[in-house]
Amino acid sequence: MEVDTAAINTIIDKYGKDKSYLLAMFQDVQRQYRYLPKEAIQYICDRLHIPFSKGYEVATFYASLSLTPRGRHTVHVCLGTACHLRGGPNILDTFERELNIKKGETTENGLFTLESVNCLGACALAPLVRIDGQDYGKTTPGSVKKIINEYGESS
Amino acid sequence: MIASIEQLDGMAAEYKQKTGAYSKIVKICCGTGCISSGALRVYEKLNEAIAAERLTDKVLVKKTGCHGLCERGPIIVFGDDEILYQTVGKRNLDDDIRLLLKTVKDGTVVENLLYKGEDKTKRHVSPRDIPFYAGQTRVVLALNGVLDPEDIGEYISFGGYRAVHKALQMDPVQIIEWIQKSGLRGRGGGGFLTGTKWRSCRDASGEPRYVIANGDEGDPGAFMDRSLMEGNPHAVIEGMIIGGYAIGSNHGFIYVRDEYPLAVHRLSIAIEKAKEQGLLGANIFNSGFGFDIKIYRGGGAFVCGESTALMSSIEGKTGEPRAKYIHTVEKGLWDKPSNLNNVETWACVPHIINRGWEWFDSIGTPQSKGTKVFSLVGKVKNTGLVEVPMGITLNEIIFKLGGGIQGDKRFKAVQTGGPSGGCIPGEYLDMPVDFDSLTKLGSMMGSGGMIVMDERDCMVDVARYFLKFLVDESCGKCTPCREGVRRMFEIVDNICKGNGLKGDVEHLEELARAIQLGSLCALGQSAPNPVLSTIKYFRDEYNIHIEQKRCPAGVCKALTTFTIDPEKCTGCMRCAPECPVACISGEKKKVHTIDRSKCIKCGTCYDVCRFGAVKYE
Repeated sequence: MEVDTAAINTIIDKYGKDKSYLLAMFQDVQRQYRYLPKEAIQYICDRLHIPFSKGYEVATFYASLSLTPRGRHTVHVCLGTACHLRGGPNILDTFERELNIKKGETTENGLFTLESVNCLGACALAPLVRIDGQDYGKTTPGSVKKIINEYGESS
Repeated sequence: MIASIEQLDGMAAEYKQKTGAYSKIVKICCGTGCISSGALRVYEKLNEAIAAERLTDKVLVKKTGCHGLCERGPIIVFGDDEILYQTVGKRNLDDDIRLLLKTVKDGTVVENLLYKGEDKTKRHVSPRDIPFYAGQTRVVLALNGVLDPEDIGEYISFGGYRAVHKALQMDPVQIIEWIQKSGLRGRGGGGFLTGTKWRSCRDASGEPRYVIANGDEGDPGAFMDRSLMEGNPHAVIEGMIIGGYAIGSNHGFIYVRDEYPLAVHRLSIAIEKAKEQGLLGANIFNSGFGFDIKIYRGGGAFVCGESTALMSSIEGKTGEPRAKYIHTVEKGLWDKPSNLNNVETWACVPHIINRGWEWFDSIGTPQSKGTKVFSLVGKVKNTGLVEVPMGITLNEIIFKLGGGIQGDKRFKAVQTGGPSGGCIPGEYLDMPVDFDSLTKLGSMMGSGGMIVMDERDCMVDVARYFLKFLVDESCGKCTPCREGVRRMFEIVDNICKGNGLKGDVEHLEELARAIQLGSLCALGQSAPNPVLSTIKYFRDEYNIHIEQKRCPAGVCKALTTFTIDPEKCTGCMRCAPECPVACISGEKKKVHTIDRSKCIKCGTCYDVCRFGAVKYE
């Protein structure tokens, strides 16, 4: 794919072309494309004068970066200790069943990507689900359908 | 711009006058927990209602950081701890706003919104009346539910940045002596003496030096750092400025995990405001000392909580740890002397400078000084953040502050220290909580996560959970952690699936020893702890899984079946609609049955049944 180099230049310049902000640059690019295109990694590496292999290493190391396109909404089901004990795995199972995808996959219509996360730090409200930054606390298998319905085709 | 103590006092006085002009102050908790429970809607609606009543000049509604009692959110506190309302807006937002307006107008206490404990006859109006708060000693969290974290003036009006001014009048070496004498130990997990670390960094050769706050709170179940960064970011900044001055560093970094967007947002505002006021930047308080702070976001990697991995991540590389033959205080970030402390540790520093090391030293046990914030979560009634003096017993924390076990089930264990810690059983509930006693029990303090487990929790499953976590999060650099933990996971996973073999437990112990000895970083070396502590205290449970192919807690799916007792089932229709795979059939007032071929053994029916009719074996 072709990436918008002007937008990526803005991101690189925002961090003063400082190599130490490579992860932050990748995260900003991902915010724009909902994933990190390989071409963007290449472009940033070229401008910062670092080998592509180094950029690729960083891009594949951090769990928050995705090299494959994600759905319009990313569902993060928390599986921290408190969430695990209070039924987090059942919540993930229910999302898998309702969306008809496995963890890590994206629905065919491109609406949802389902992910698990190892703690969102709102353990008192376990089990927790975060969709695009919105948190849902004390979820139950019954409430999963309702949550999914909030994100219809139009939203 | 603030360049002198007079100007600081001036700003404090100005703010006190400003807030003093209001006849009522309403503090709405806007921590991550309460926001997810709907706090922002309550804030907006209440402000609208107050504007409609033309009371905007008289009533100040402010967003504060986390109040701690997340279980009962959204939390609202009136005035100076006069009234605490809980679960506001949870039933009907408009009704609750009307009720809040009553309190705003004439001080009427609305009974419906008050906290209710076990004893229904007891009335809890002020947070001071609630055991969860009454049993705490709030030092680090003291201002968390009081001030608006986005307003630097508020922090200053509560004595903020006075510690920086005081410290800048002191000799840097004297500050380090104070921190050493206070007995402050790192709150992030290791429990190393903070003052000793500072001294080593100050004495190391090389320029420049760096000061780092570790906000990569990866321990699942711990969220005190998030709450501090969101609720009182200036306290962390203030601690870092003092540390920088003492160590001889002008550059600070805060590394915040990617999962905490609100913390990043509030820290960014705080840094910007401190710069505007001249409290960060060149020549702070005309002392000639300058300090700046940059924020780095993590990328969702647990291992980045380890100091060398974190520094590597700040350098823009993968977060892989290195061996620490040379300490980071000598060669850390960009191979320069670097002092890393946890967020909570930094937040303790201004208090020690303001009140003196003797005060800090007077709290806690001989080897563990001060207070510690714990996140009390899991199967406990009052989940949330508590700050208590070191040395308090587990019993007091779980049963007095936490109110005991949910649904009055039987206590089984408490997990501390996250994936590096262990599970402590009931017979040690009277142990004092400090760094050394928890280590003695085969667990550790860690960053202060306390996950309470009851009879419905399977300890083999808990061990499996942590191993899965560590398999996912191992950075892969060293073989013992990458391969060893994976093998341990496979063994425990097999036990949970009913395929355990005689000798598996001993095999786990052997592998654990190898991983402890051979791993590169502390996270790898401590990775076997959750397994070892569950074997130590719950060996029987492993044996029952292996020999009898049974899960006594009814958690391991392959070893559990759910049935409905026809004697006890009343046909109340509560379980059937909750079943996620619709495998429960039955009519109203008639006995229900579970179709075992479809049952996914999630236990939802067991949890919702009020008559104890659902059984597992």
